[in-house]
Amino acid sequence: MGILNIVTYTPLLGAAVILFFIRSDNPKMIRYAATIFATVDFIVSLFLWWGFDPNASGSRLFQFRFVRDWIPSLGVKYDFGIDGIALLLIVLTTFMGLIAIVSSFSAINFREKEYYVLLLLLQTGMIGTFCALDFFLFYVFWEVMLVPMYFIIGIWGGPRKLYAAIKFFLFTLAGSVLMLLSILALYFFNDDGIPFLHIRGLGNGYTFSVLQYHNIGHLIPPSLQFWIFLGFFFGFAIKVPMFPFHTWLPDAHTEAPTAGSIILAAVLLKMGTYGFVRFALPILPDATRQLILPIVVLSIIGIIYGALVTLVQKDMKRLIAYSSVSHLGFVMLGMFALNPMGLKGSVIQMINHGISTGALFLLVGIIYERRHSRDIADYGGLAKQMPMYATLFLIAALSSMGLPALNGFIGEFTILLGVANRNIWWAVFAAIGIVLGAAYLLWLYQRVFWGPLDNPANRTVRDLNRRELAMLVALSAVMVWIGIYPKPIFEVIEKPVEYVMGKVDPAYMNRPPIQYPAAVAEAEASK
Amino acid sequence: MLNHLWLIPALPLLGFLLNGLFGKRLGNGFVSLVGPLSSFLSAVAGTVAVLQYHHQYPNGDRHVDVVYNWISSGGVGADLAFQLDPLSIVMLLVVTWVGFLIHLYSVGYMAHEEGYWRYFSYLNLFLAEMLVLVLGSSYLVMFVGWEGVGLCSYLLIGFYYDKDFAVAAGKKAFVVNRIGDFGFLVAMFLMFAYFGTVDFAKVSQIASGGVEPGLVTAICLLLFLGATGKSAQIPLYVWLPDAMAGPTPVSALIHAATMVTAGVYMIARPNALYRLAPDALMVVAIIGALTAIFAATIGIRQNDIKKVLAYSTVSQLGFMFIGVGVGAFTAGIFHLITHAFFKACLFLGSGSVIHAMSGEQDIRRMGGLWKKIPITAWTFLIATIAIAGFPPLSGFFSKDEILASALANPYFPDLGVWIWAIGTVAALFTAFYMFRLFFLTFGGSFRGTQEQEHHLHESPWTMTVPLVVLAAGSILGGALTVNHFLEHWLELPTFEVSPARAWLAMIASTIVAILGTWFAYALFGRRGLAADERFERRAPAVARTLENKYYVDEFYDEALVTPLERFSRFLWRGIDALIDGILALGGYVVAAVGDLLRFLQTGNVRNYALMFFVGVIVFIWIFA
Repeated sequence: MGILNIVTYTPLLGAAVILFFIRSDNPKMIRYAATIFATVDFIVSLFLWWGFDPNASGSRLFQFRFVRDWIPSLGVKYDFGIDGIALLLIVLTTFMGLIAIVSSFSAINFREKEYYVLLLLLQTGMIGTFCALDFFLFYVFWEVMLVPMYFIIGIWGGPRKLYAAIKFFLFTLAGSVLMLLSILALYFFNDDGIPFLHIRGLGNGYTFSVLQYHNIGHLIPPSLQFWIFLGFFFGFAIKVPMFPFHTWLPDAHTEAPTAGSIILAAVLLKMGTYGFVRFALPILPDATRQLILPIVVLSIIGIIYGALVTLVQKDMKRLIAYSSVSHLGFVMLGMFALNPMGLKGSVIQMINHGISTGALFLLVGIIYERRHSRDIADYGGLAKQMPMYATLFLIAALSSMGLPALNGFIGEFTILLGVANRNIWWAVFAAIGIVLGAAYLLWLYQRVFWGPLDNPANRTVRDLNRRELAMLVALSAVMVWIGIYPKPIFEVIEKPVEYVMGKVDPAYMNRPPIQYPAAVAEAEASK
Repeated sequence: MLNHLWLIPALPLLGFLLNGLFGKRLGNGFVSLVGPLSSFLSAVAGTVAVLQYHHQYPNGDRHVDVVYNWISSGGVGADLAFQLDPLSIVMLLVVTWVGFLIHLYSVGYMAHEEGYWRYFSYLNLFLAEMLVLVLGSSYLVMFVGWEGVGLCSYLLIGFYYDKDFAVAAGKKAFVVNRIGDFGFLVAMFLMFAYFGTVDFAKVSQIASGGVEPGLVTAICLLLFLGATGKSAQIPLYVWLPDAMAGPTPVSALIHAATMVTAGVYMIARPNALYRLAPDALMVVAIIGALTAIFAATIGIRQNDIKKVLAYSTVSQLGFMFIGVGVGAFTAGIFHLITHAFFKACLFLGSGSVIHAMSGEQDIRRMGGLWKKIPITAWTFLIATIAIAGFPPLSGFFSKDEILASALANPYFPDLGVWIWAIGTVAALFTAFYMFRLFFLTFGGSFRGTQEQEHHLHESPWTMTVPLVVLAAGSILGGALTVNHFLEHWLELPTFEVSPARAWLAMIASTIVAILGTWFAYALFGRRGLAADERFERRAPAVARTLENKYYVDEFYDEALVTPLERFSRFLWRGIDALIDGILALGGYVVAAVGDLLRFLQTGNVRNYALMFFVGVIVFIWIFA
């Protein structure tokens, strides 16, 4: 049966149950059912982690494999399997998925049935995308994600929801079409009509198998790699989003309902970065190495540009949305440092950003539900009225700005270490983003929570209720855990990172990591 | 204890959790117990560890206690580890015991404040982070504490969070510090990239093994950038005076005795690197000297009792940087210790004054407090004498050692004379503004309201006991230099100061202390506020410039903050809109093309027939 199928389709099953067995005039029952299925899914994903062998490498790197023929005539297989990177992202998805559902209890009060069905369907799409090791299958799940999100923004969103939903849809679709072209280019890449794999003795026909392509990537002529990379690049860079493809993000985030923003920030953006790690880097090593500089430049621009624009936002949600541009810039920068440290930091930061920014969106959603305003100027002095809320907001903000002993620092620091190893100036520029990060988040905090409580409308808001407190405490616990003891995370990504590095830049792995070996030897000797 | 060094910061951390989670519910009694007790236990644990260390490592070697591996990647990694060596021990003892005294003082001072539990949980957290800072065995662990104390400073400055200026000051402190942290971070990246480690000892060892001097200079200067943030030196000192918005004990603990001195520790700790980079040392010394005199001149014209002390702190930190900057690391640390005593005493004393004056902080409305609050007055006087640099009080010895070393330093002898001269003038100003403060506060007659006068009272024992202890420390702190005790104990690199230079510096220091005090007495002791008014009449431009702190804040606002905001707004409204515009244009083009093509699809059969006919003609014409 395959545990990956269980973790992928449990939400789908939930969606079906709600769709067919629960009447739409019983929203309470719908919520319970959605919560139960999401909880089960989360628990299953924890079992996944429990059963995962972090030391497996080589052909056993991708675990819990489940392979069946699907469309044999086209070489399409139903191929599921995960490495440590996918594992972490799946656990992140089930966790944030559960949070998203629980956060919607009071936020969504019309058409609940469709809403929870779509949310669960979306979750299946996301998990499937992380599990798929066959391009065809991957593409199916990739598109499955798109549609529910479109509806979630378009139906339950804010005042400009239609504009935002269509913008989101068109941007992403444009990207995925280009990505599809690249996949097809790989698929049809041949020599006088004979599939490439066949020539190389690696298979006897056309295939969509990602792992096969991993093995032959370096044989593809660099000029072709370049064009294929470009296609992938557009597909993934829009999703990340990298500067200058980011303008859909603030609109989508701002207009989406809270749960939509949480999922969007926590998981959907990671699809882009995950795509780079899983496909672009290992399959197209020459193109990747060739394009380091432009991508790094875009990432650094994204970091600083995103942070600066964040600084002057007046809408809380838009502010956090723009901060994502800056944070994802770090993720991309770490990845394209193309060394193990940078790559690890990049993966960890994907998780961290999901937790921290997800939490921030949840927090903004909570106050929005009470006051129906996201305008920073409408607030001030909330700390007096909502002390618990203020405390948890502070923890999330500190985590997002990379305070040591919280999760954000681990990611940013590891990324910048890797980057500095490649080029210290890149790290210098990126570190400016860290300074600005403190500025915009603390300024936000100051304007919302501190100062006199002078808006009468704020004098009656309630502090967190138990449901909200539970979600935020869980998120904060994860922030502290990763910040203080990130070892379990480093462990599971050690081998996958080695694997990707081995594909994209085999020479790097043999390079000495320290540039003063003589000095080190001397120091060792003098002990 | 030695194998459980983590317990020392863990105890106040526990206090933080207890107070933070349950303090509000369990009431002030619980908080007053947990807060000071956890800091006391931490001080005891620290002292026990020091005694054990002394027994086990008579030679002053480094003891490292690894808790676990924190960040790892292949060969490179960093442990969460604590260490004990003489330098850490000095910091540990200052932090824990002064910290405990201030916790105790706070019980009295903060008794009637709303958010008492919040105050103590922050204070405990601060202590924990500060201990991580001084006990960490690598730059990375130090950075954890470094950022942590910054956070606590932010929270405590903004403790009165419904006051706009307090929260703005808190944010300013954090952001300005972050600019410094940028330097600290990049320094660490350089260490990792080139040395593969951030462990204190290993970095020093590798650097001493011979690496490019430029690299070491860069690392040192970047670390110093971090130090200018945390220790409020030019150009990043601007946050410290504003930080006085926090409760007074916080100013004493964080913004005088402990956190702000972390920058000095940061230079003394990697002294091996700095000695390889004399250029960096020179920058440290010059910045220190400039800050010392710059802040001292501002101190002359401030009327808020805490603001005077704040600029005094900036100036005294400048002295410490002169010390470490000229390579006299012991002298810098020595001044750090004595300053912790007399400045904490002064701040707590000012708190006691403010307490007595029902919250009044303006010295123009004080005066004549000598008889009313005698314990405060006496301890304040002792600390003032100490900071002014009269022998045999502690401040004299440490300041004199710094100035003599500046004169004699082997790294940049020509410049040393100038640095000594600037330092000596700054010392003159120090004596002057401190005694101005003293005379205006305690001398003359009372200038406040009747109501304030009616309320005047000496503070409770929880507040006066710390004052007395700290005043005693201010008197006796100089004993650390007897027989070069501190020097031998710290074993930091040093150099000889010739007797002639030592005497010159000592005599000059004594003379300026007497002169400064005499001027202050002649002007403010005799005439009181009239002296200030005369200054304003005689040199209005100078008076106003000093009063407005040379307009540096205004300059930063105009030159940095406002343009940055404008630029950001341009990016948002300009560039983002432009990108969207281009994409929208693409959409319009598609739509327009569609509109044009629509004319072809009329649905009218005759039109299709006509096109068919035209097409056939064209084909025939081409191919025939």
